[in-house]
Amino acid sequence: MQPLEIKKNVHWVGAVDYGSRDFHGYSLSPQGTTYNAYVVLDEKKVLFDTVKHGFSEVLLERLRTIVNPEDIDYIVVNHVELDHAGALPQLIKLCKPEAVFCSPLGQKAIEGHFKNWRDWPLKTVKTGDSISIGKRTIRFVETRMLHWPDSMFSYIPEDKLLFSNDAFGQNIASSERFTDALAREALDQAMTEYYYNIVLPYSQQVLKTLAQVAELGLEIDMIAPDHGLIFRGEDEVRYALERYREFAEQKPGKRAVIVYDSMWHSTEKMAYAIAEGLNAEGVPSRIMDMKRNHHSAVMTELARCGLVVAGSPTHNNGILPYMAAMLTYMKGLRPQNRLGAAFGSFGWSGECVKILTDHLAGMGFELPEEGLKIKHVPDEEALAQCMERGKALARALKAKCGE
Amino acid sequence: MEKYICKLCGHIYDPKEGDPDSGVKPGTAFKDLPADWVCPVCGAGKADFEPA
Repeated sequence: MQPLEIKKNVHWVGAVDYGSRDFHGYSLSPQGTTYNAYVVLDEKKVLFDTVKHGFSEVLLERLRTIVNPEDIDYIVVNHVELDHAGALPQLIKLCKPEAVFCSPLGQKAIEGHFKNWRDWPLKTVKTGDSISIGKRTIRFVETRMLHWPDSMFSYIPEDKLLFSNDAFGQNIASSERFTDALAREALDQAMTEYYYNIVLPYSQQVLKTLAQVAELGLEIDMIAPDHGLIFRGEDEVRYALERYREFAEQKPGKRAVIVYDSMWHSTEKMAYAIAEGLNAEGVPSRIMDMKRNHHSAVMTELARCGLVVAGSPTHNNGILPYMAAMLTYMKGLRPQNRLGAAFGSFGWSGECVKILTDHLAGMGFELPEEGLKIKHVPDEEALAQCMERGKALARALKAKCGE
Repeated sequence: MEKYICKLCGHIYDPKEGDPDSGVKPGTAFKDLPADWVCPVCGAGKADFEPA
């Protein structure tokens, strides 16, 4: 297991997890993931973050090829979540560092996660604090709620290097370490997937942090996140920053995602007819059956969509559980600037459309059209009505997009 | 007295409880919190709160 020198005397010592598919218990990581950790060798030897529990041997094997773990002077904990701090107790035990740096809220999180914290040489640092490690300086920037209260960036001005923790991360397992080795579309997909499933609720914080980075005048020519690939060089860094700004601004895209679940295919037929209507008015869409798609895949799709069309039949006076789950997940991620619409078939009581509409309204979506409810199996006339509704929604979306 | 919720992390400030860790006594209305008071959970400022 070899480390990789990403700048002079700065080495990647992380672990690649090709087997990961379930990310943190709520999202998918279809391409696996990585837990990145970095070591800087200066007068002081500093380890930035660790890896998930179970991968510490990989980190140590890479580390030992360049430095004796006991010679590590400092450990910086940019984020306490266990995919980065899981190996922290073991590393502290082996390295016996002089100091372990974290944010003030990081200390609280450490106290809540690790029973031995009282024996650790914890030192809290705030935005604006810096420490000298020889030829280099480490400047700390708290990035609260990006994406936990404790989250923090570490910046080395001499190397123009930003350790960004979870921000700018991507769930990619690969032997490549730099974004420029990957086709832009593939990278963009992984960035989108990560942002829309993890960072999205904190978009206001992203905008504030981008402003803060500009305000502090941080010159950056490398962003090293804790998941996925590293951005090196001006072009890659500019891409990462600009993409985050676009994600955070959430300008509505001229596309729709139609999400539904169905019992006897009636609601499904409505979904396809609505898609025809959207298409006839020049709005492309993707139909996602919740029995065949994970809720995190819907969020990734949502990134380019300004319209969510949600369908469920009425089942026991409610909606089908996969739709309820998806809408709960989506609500927590707080998407902004979207249009919404509801549809569904029913047999007798027909509560589905009202419930779906309430979910969409609860997320602050604009609802340009009434929900569409069809009794039993949609006939030709009902499908024509669905198509018309699709056309009307397309027109409303184009108006929202400024066309 | 009205409760306030942090828009960032969802923490609820309850005037009945105050925020003893930051020296805010029980019975302190949200408007009477010091201007530099921050959310004890995530560090957000007062401006990031809204009535719960």
